[in-house]
Amino acid sequence: MKIQTYNPRDWRSHPPYSFKAYGSSVKRGPLKKLVPLEQTLSEITGPLFGDIQLAPGETDLTRNADTGKEAMGERIIVVGRVLDEDDKPVANTLIEIWQANAAGRYHHPVDQHNAPLDPNFIGAGRCVTNDKGEYRYLTIKPGAYPWLNHANAWRPAHIHLSLFGPSFVTRLVTQFFFPGDPLIPLDPIFNSVPTKSGRERLMAAYAHDVTEPEFALGYRFDIVLRGRRATPFEGPR
Amino acid sequence: MRKQTPSQTVGPFYAIGLTRQPMNVMAVDATQGERIRIEGKVFDGDGVAIPDVMVEIWQANSHGRYNHPDDKQEKPLDPTFTGWGRSGTDETYFYSFETIKPGPVPGSGDSAQAPHVNVVVFARGMLVHAYTRIYFDDEKLNDSDPVLRSVKNKARRSTLIAQHGERDGKTVYRFDIRLQGEGETVFFDM
Repeated sequence: MKIQTYNPRDWRSHPPYSFKAYGSSVKRGPLKKLVPLEQTLSEITGPLFGDIQLAPGETDLTRNADTGKEAMGERIIVVGRVLDEDDKPVANTLIEIWQANAAGRYHHPVDQHNAPLDPNFIGAGRCVTNDKGEYRYLTIKPGAYPWLNHANAWRPAHIHLSLFGPSFVTRLVTQFFFPGDPLIPLDPIFNSVPTKSGRERLMAAYAHDVTEPEFALGYRFDIVLRGRRATPFEGPR
Repeated sequence: MRKQTPSQTVGPFYAIGLTRQPMNVMAVDATQGERIRIEGKVFDGDGVAIPDVMVEIWQANSHGRYNHPDDKQEKPLDPTFTGWGRSGTDETYFYSFETIKPGPVPGSGDSAQAPHVNVVVFARGMLVHAYTRIYFDDEKLNDSDPVLRSVKNKARRSTLIAQHGERDGKTVYRFDIRLQGEGETVFFDM
């Protein structure tokens, strides 16, 4: 059976499983060599959510807490494109979004940071890319928050994104950061990406063309998933 | 050529965005196939069960067909079954799925793959997700499965095989995942 496989994970772009400066990673990643697996139907297929029905308001995190009131904080519009390595748009793909509130606190019982919760902000949303691979959502800029990784450790402001793409092997969970944040060079999670160019690909860009007068600042963050190998591949017999 | 966007951890608060609604019940009454539950714990390098872990699975339907346009086999699709599920952990640190036993799907060349479930593991502390597979200990095709056979060490191979059990008359497969250390689960580069 001939199938069209996907490019491998680019390990110069992705962090290692274990990165000493990020303490929690040390005991939670495989130490043995990964076993190579030739892609089969199991890997080139995967869940597609192109026809998912999003509830009204899922792309507006400033108002989706169902309180009828708006979240506190600096409104931002986040746009971008989801592409593969060959620059082809990844259309109709689901993006799941989660983040801290403007004060740097998550709407989650485990988050004990002594910063105010915002009853009008859950910090979760979803969107689906259009046929050009474009997405857009409205939220508030998350705050920085402390964590216990090392003395006086603070995470720079960031927003988490989860994507599926067209197959099981294109799955990606990432997070992006905001330009000019002085905490970024101090952040072990950001620094776990092995190359400078890779780390730069986690940075959103300020986008004045997206900024809306008297309303909100715009940021652009493009996401690149694994591309497809050019020719169908028939495995060894 | 563009470069891949780097992976980052889901962090400790992924439940806000990813598991607020249960997504681990994959089979409904009308779904075709043998009902099974898959459950287990995920352990760190110290052998401690991890609470802030998330497991996703992807599988073929009972006929061995994936609900995806690139699966062009002439086997029936089951409109009630997407083949995808996601589970966080419960208060006893178990992940679980209510699903059906997948049918066999073709492998590379002319080979047949034994029934299996494809698995992705995410956790706080995991900068990159890890891929593994669940096979079933009561499947004869395991002996000829090309992926299982590619794991030469038999002890390691056994980390990919779920153990059959029963509870309240229902089939339960136990599949623990060890992220590192003794009995480390086989993870794939794919």
